[in-house]
Amino acid sequence: MAAVKETVETVKTIDVDQYKYGFVTEIETELAPKGLSEDIVRFISAKKGEPQWLLDWRLEAFRRWQTMTEPTWSRVHYPAIDFQDLHYYAAPKRTPGPKSLDEVDPELLRTYEKLGIPLREQEILAGVEISKVAVDAVFDSVSVVTTFKAELAKVGVIFCAISEAVREHPDLVRKYLGTVVPTSDNFYATLNSAVFSDGSFVYIPPGVKCPMELSTYFRINEQKTGQFERTLIIADKGAYVSYLEGCTAPKRDENQLHAAVVELVALDDAEIKYSTVQNWYPGDSEGKGGIYNFVTKRGDCRGARSKISWTQVETGSAITWKYPSCILRGEGSSGEFYSIAISNGHQQVDSGTKMIHLGKNTTSKILAKGIAAGRSDNTYRGQVSAHRKATGARNFTNCDSLLIGDKCGAHTIPYIEAKNASAVFEHEATTSKIAEDQLFYCMQRGLDEEEAVALIVNGFVKDVLQQLPMEFAVEAQKLIAISLEGSVG
Amino acid sequence: MLKINNLHVEIDGKKILNGLTLHVKPGEVAAIMGPNGSGKSTLSYVVAGKEDYTVTDGEILLDGVNILEMEPNERAAAGLFLAFQYPLEIPGVATMTFLKAAMNAQRKSRGEGELSPGDFMKAVREAAKALGIDPDMLKRPLNVGFSGGEKKRMEILQMALLRPKMAILDETDSGLDIDALRIVAEGVNAQRDPRHGFLVITHYQRLLDHIVPDTVHVMAKGRIVKSGGPEIALELEKHGYAEYVGEAA
Ligand SMILES: Nc1ncnc2c1ncn2[C@@H]1O[C@H](COP(=O)(O)OP(=O)(O)O)[C@@H](O)[C@H]1O
Ligand SMILES: [Mg+2]
Repeated sequence: MAAVKETVETVKTIDVDQYKYGFVTEIETELAPKGLSEDIVRFISAKKGEPQWLLDWRLEAFRRWQTMTEPTWSRVHYPAIDFQDLHYYAAPKRTPGPKSLDEVDPELLRTYEKLGIPLREQEILAGVEISKVAVDAVFDSVSVVTTFKAELAKVGVIFCAISEAVREHPDLVRKYLGTVVPTSDNFYATLNSAVFSDGSFVYIPPGVKCPMELSTYFRINEQKTGQFERTLIIADKGAYVSYLEGCTAPKRDENQLHAAVVELVALDDAEIKYSTVQNWYPGDSEGKGGIYNFVTKRGDCRGARSKISWTQVETGSAITWKYPSCILRGEGSSGEFYSIAISNGHQQVDSGTKMIHLGKNTTSKILAKGIAAGRSDNTYRGQVSAHRKATGARNFTNCDSLLIGDKCGAHTIPYIEAKNASAVFEHEATTSKIAEDQLFYCMQRGLDEEEAVALIVNGFVKDVLQQLPMEFAVEAQKLIAISLEGSVG
Repeated sequence: MLKINNLHVEIDGKKILNGLTLHVKPGEVAAIMGPNGSGKSTLSYVVAGKEDYTVTDGEILLDGVNILEMEPNERAAAGLFLAFQYPLEIPGVATMTFLKAAMNAQRKSRGEGELSPGDFMKAVREAAKALGIDPDMLKRPLNVGFSGGEKKRMEILQMALLRPKMAILDETDSGLDIDALRIVAEGVNAQRDPRHGFLVITHYQRLLDHIVPDTVHVMAKGRIVKSGGPEIALELEKHGYAEYVGEAA
């Protein structure tokens, strides 16, 4: 019988090649020439038909980026990236910008169908009403379609590609872009500011509860191409929105770069719930290929009593470097971070959150579950800080790690800083191994080893899964099982 | 049905079972009694397929098939069930979810389709009621925070739902008060029929008042030292294990 003990033997032959989304779409693509220069920045901006202010904004970021160096403080290791050996723009020729559904290249529609992403605005399925989900589909550097736009517009909700928002709603974009993650923020965020291609834009007007889930689905298809999406979500006073992001990429031998920036702004009494199911290609069993996922995500609870909650299920990418954070500026605002980070094979994850308490009586909660299998390395890095003025700030942090086998590692690195005596920060952390006795018990009842591991792991992550919108919780649960296939003998 | 022949087992070089032979026929309820440390739980684990143990000699046949090379889940699918002396906790997994996973896994291995949610609920509710298990408990994570007695009842509930050909009950009576003991015994008695076999491991005679065995085996130092009918249990109750502990070497 093979249980955890024997994993030691089987990790050598571990197969992370269970990746279901690794196919390539054969489609004609317009590519920018390889390399990064002012000309390329201008090329991208021109492709999008951008106004001068945005081009200037990009160029300033590019000049700053040239003076910066890649950060090295994380626990991830990878060979130096040659930023001149990448394409910074790739767009399907026949659908180079957002279109209505019937204008989209059928090959692209088939791709999304294969990925299980509903692009049709269907409401009734076999006589049963299903809840609606609006989708913005981003393929390489462009958004190819956004669904339910008209219906959302009826209540004043704007949901479109960011390039379209720049043209149609320039005042809103200009007012908020870069105000949460400034162009100077960090190496990858600055790079993103210079060359960002597409992503979603959401605006929820005052007092409106967005009538359906919004989601963006990112797909990297082209070789040697970086994806630099930029997402901006604004919930005006008293507004509410739940948003979900999904990502996949083909199996390729080379590493692909994905450096996104997501900015959230919540005004007085507004609430944003942002969920991610990240399933970029993780690389093969030898650790070859896979996405480098270097992402800056930050939410600004700008208004009083506003609330931002991040939920993430991270199963993909060769390397993940990602810390969705909350700036708790408004009095009585609150931030939440719920995370499941799974690593298998040779994956490296360095992820966590920052909760920056600036306002009075701000609260935050962190619930992070890390699962490491194979030869992977899984780090939780979290920062909780309270500013001098943040009287009554409270944080509760719980991070648990589960190890499967003994060739993997889990690390917890919390930074806690209270400049205010009234701040109350609680931190709990555990690390455990799946007990062989638990596995044996489940198998005695008839479950095979993989089913047993999946069941135990799903139990371990349950309180985080419950935070996901219903529509996605089941998918996420399946994804967790798939990512751990082959993690035990 | 279950035939254990000349079983020798060791762990970390330490011999625990020393040529144990034991047969259980279809329809038979066999009891094993023995002092603590005589190897009763080890026997149940080895039959169920727990790794860690090295079988150095002997065989275990279920319906004539040697099961020693089979995975625990394959043995379960072949109709073997073990009610654990110390049932495990599975945090975050609702008891209901676990029961469904187990039932469907076994159905799958028999080439049957999944139970419909309606049939499943009905089966669970009926079985829980018979064992006096509060339905609310089925929503809680399996065995987490359950009392010793509740865990044991949950084992019998699983047995009732999985309907194994051959069930081994390892000290299911320990930790039960007299009412719970009676309920658990009824749960077992309800399943007695000419096709099902039971191996009831116990330290005390008391359980055997409620589940009257066909045969009783006394185990000491890793082997069966005496076999006979229910009268042996009564004898043990009077005189204790002292004579066997001395005798078997
Ligand atoms: N994992 C183990 N490592 C070493 N010795 C063990 C292990 N498990 C059981 N034993 C020993 O084997 C003997 C039999 O134990 P067990 O089968 O639990 O007996 P019983 O159930 O009859 O009380 C005891 O001496 C016990 O200490
Ligand atoms: Mg025992």
